[in-house]
Amino acid sequence: MMSWWLSPNEAEALLLSLRVAFWSVLIGLPFGIAAAWLLARRTFFGKTLFDSLVHLPLVVPPVVVGYVLLITLGRKGFIGGWLYDTFGLSLIFTWRGAAIAAGVMSFPLMVRAIRLSFEAIDQRLEVAARTLGASRIDVFFTITLPLALPGILAGIVLAFARALGEFGATITFVSNIPGETRTLPLALFTFTQTPGGEDSAIRLVVISLALAIAALIASEMIARRVRRQIGS
Amino acid sequence: MLDVAVKHALPNFQLDVSFAAQSAGITVVFGESGAGKTTLVNILSGLTRPTEGRIVVGGRVLLDTQLGTDLSPDQRRIGYVFQDGRLFPHFRVAKNLTYGYGRRRRRTERRITFDQVVNLLGLSELLERRVTGLSGGERQRVAIGRALLTSPTLLLLDEPLANLDLPRRRAIIPFIERLRDELAIPIVYITHDQDELIRLADTVVLLDHGRTVASGGLENTLSRLDLGGLTGGIDAGAVFSVSVAGHDDAFGLTKLNFDGGELVVSRLAIPHGTRLRIRVRARDVALALEKPRDISTLNVLSGKIIEMSSGSGPQVDILIDVGKPLWARVTRKSTADLALAPGKLVYALIKSVAFDRFVEQS
Repeated sequence: MMSWWLSPNEAEALLLSLRVAFWSVLIGLPFGIAAAWLLARRTFFGKTLFDSLVHLPLVVPPVVVGYVLLITLGRKGFIGGWLYDTFGLSLIFTWRGAAIAAGVMSFPLMVRAIRLSFEAIDQRLEVAARTLGASRIDVFFTITLPLALPGILAGIVLAFARALGEFGATITFVSNIPGETRTLPLALFTFTQTPGGEDSAIRLVVISLALAIAALIASEMIARRVRRQIGS
Repeated sequence: MLDVAVKHALPNFQLDVSFAAQSAGITVVFGESGAGKTTLVNILSGLTRPTEGRIVVGGRVLLDTQLGTDLSPDQRRIGYVFQDGRLFPHFRVAKNLTYGYGRRRRRTERRITFDQVVNLLGLSELLERRVTGLSGGERQRVAIGRALLTSPTLLLLDEPLANLDLPRRRAIIPFIERLRDELAIPIVYITHDQDELIRLADTVVLLDHGRTVASGGLENTLSRLDLGGLTGGIDAGAVFSVSVAGHDDAFGLTKLNFDGGELVVSRLAIPHGTRLRIRVRARDVALALEKPRDISTLNVLSGKIIEMSSGSGPQVDILIDVGKPLWARVTRKSTADLALAPGKLVYALIKSVAFDRFVEQS
C-alpha cells in the first residue's frame, strides 16, 4: 500500500518548484506587459522579428533554449561572465538560473494572453481619457492596465503553470541539483530513472497534474470575475 | 473667445474651416454626414494635426502651425462629449465624473464643482450606478458632466444626441440650454439635425464638403436664400424669435409677438412671456399684391421684397421684410404673373395650422 505522504526529497522538489515559478513570473511580468503592449499597439521596424523572437521558446526545443542561456549567462558567457566578475553573481547551478529558464520558456504564453487583452480594449476610451486631461502614461495606468486585467491575470497563471512544468531548459542550463535546481519535473524524471522510485514518481505525477488543472481553472475563474467587475 | 481657422488635406477631401465666436454661447457646426464635422472636431480637440491652422480659445493659443504650437489633447482643456458617450466601464458613475477633476492640477482652475454639475444635470440618483446599466440619455448626461468637471475653456459636443430617440433628445436639450445659461463657457455643438440647430444655435457655422459655406447669427444665416439647400431643403425658411403674447381660449389659438408684428398659431401650452424660436417654412408662405378679404388665413404680414432667387427651375425663393426677413417660396409662373420684383410691396399669407413643429427656448 503506497503512502500519499511526501518524502523530504519530494517536498523539497515541490517547494523549490513553487519558489522558482513564483520568481520567474514576478520578474517576467513587467517585460511581458511591455512586450504585449508593443505588439498590440505599436508598429515599428522589425516588429515581425520581435514577435518571432518572443514566440521562439514555444516552438524551439527547450534544450536549445537552455543551451543558449548557458552560453550567454554561464560563467564564461558574455553576460554571465560580466555578472560574475562585477557582482560575484553566478546563475548556473542556482535556483535563480532555474527561475530564468522557467521565465524564458513561459514568456510567450504570458505575452499572448496579455496582448489579446490589450487588443480587446476599446481605444476610444483611451482617447476620451486624454481629452479629460490624462497624459499617455496616466491613461496607461488608469485605463489600459485595469481594463486589461483579465488577460494579465490569465497570463500570470498560465505562465506560472508553465514554469512549474519546465524541464529541458532547466536541466540544460542549471542541471539537476537537489534542493537547488531539482524542480518537480526534474525530480520526477530522476525518480523514474532510479530503481524503487516508482512510488515517488507517481506521487509527483499526481501533484503535477493537480497543480496544472488548478492553475487552468483558477485562470479562467479569475478572468471571468474580473471581466464582470469591469463590465465589459 | 473662440477663433478657428484650419485647413487639412485628406485623401479624398479638403477641409477648410474658419469661424469665430465672440462670447459664451452655443456655436452650432451644421452639416451633412461627410461634410467634415468629425475631422473638424478631431482637429479642435488635438487628436488630429491639420496641415495648417490656428486655434485660439479664451486667449490661449492651442494650435498655430506657423509658430509650431500644438498642444496635446490633455493640455487643451477642451471638454469633449463624444457621440457614443465613452464612459469608463471599470468605474462607477461618480468616479467617471471625477476622472478629469483631479487632473486639473491648479486648484484655482477648478471652477466647476461636483455638486454644481450633479444638480445641473440631475445626476444624484445615478452616482453609485454601474455604467453598463445606464440608458442612452443617462449616459450622455454623465458624459457631459464628466467633461464639465475638467473646468474646460470650451465645451465640444459631437452629435451628442445622435444615438438617442426623440423623447430622450427632447429631454436632454433643456440641460444643454442650462449649460449655456448658467456657465460662462463657449459651447461648440456639432449636429446634422435641424431641430437641434434651430433650438440651440446662437451662431451657426455651415459646413458643406469640408468648407465653411457660411457663419453668423442663426436668424441671419437661415434667412439666406442662397443657402436654402443646406439649411433645410424643403423645410427651409426663416427663423423668428418670438414671445408668447396671449392665448385665445375660445378658439384655441396663441398669439406670438416678434419685432414687427404678430403671428397667430394653434394653441400652445406655454406660459405668457416665454421666448421661443419658430421656423416659418418658405413653402407655407403665399403672396398677394393686395390685402385679401374673406380668406381663411389668419396671418397676413406686409412688407417689401428684398431679394429674389434667380434660376430656371419651377420655384422662386423670395425674401420679404416684414420687420424681420421672411422667406416665401412660390412658383416662377406666379412670380411672372404678379410681376414680383425687389422693392415691390406684397402681403405674405401664413396659415396658422402650418406651425406644427415648435422649438422652445427657455
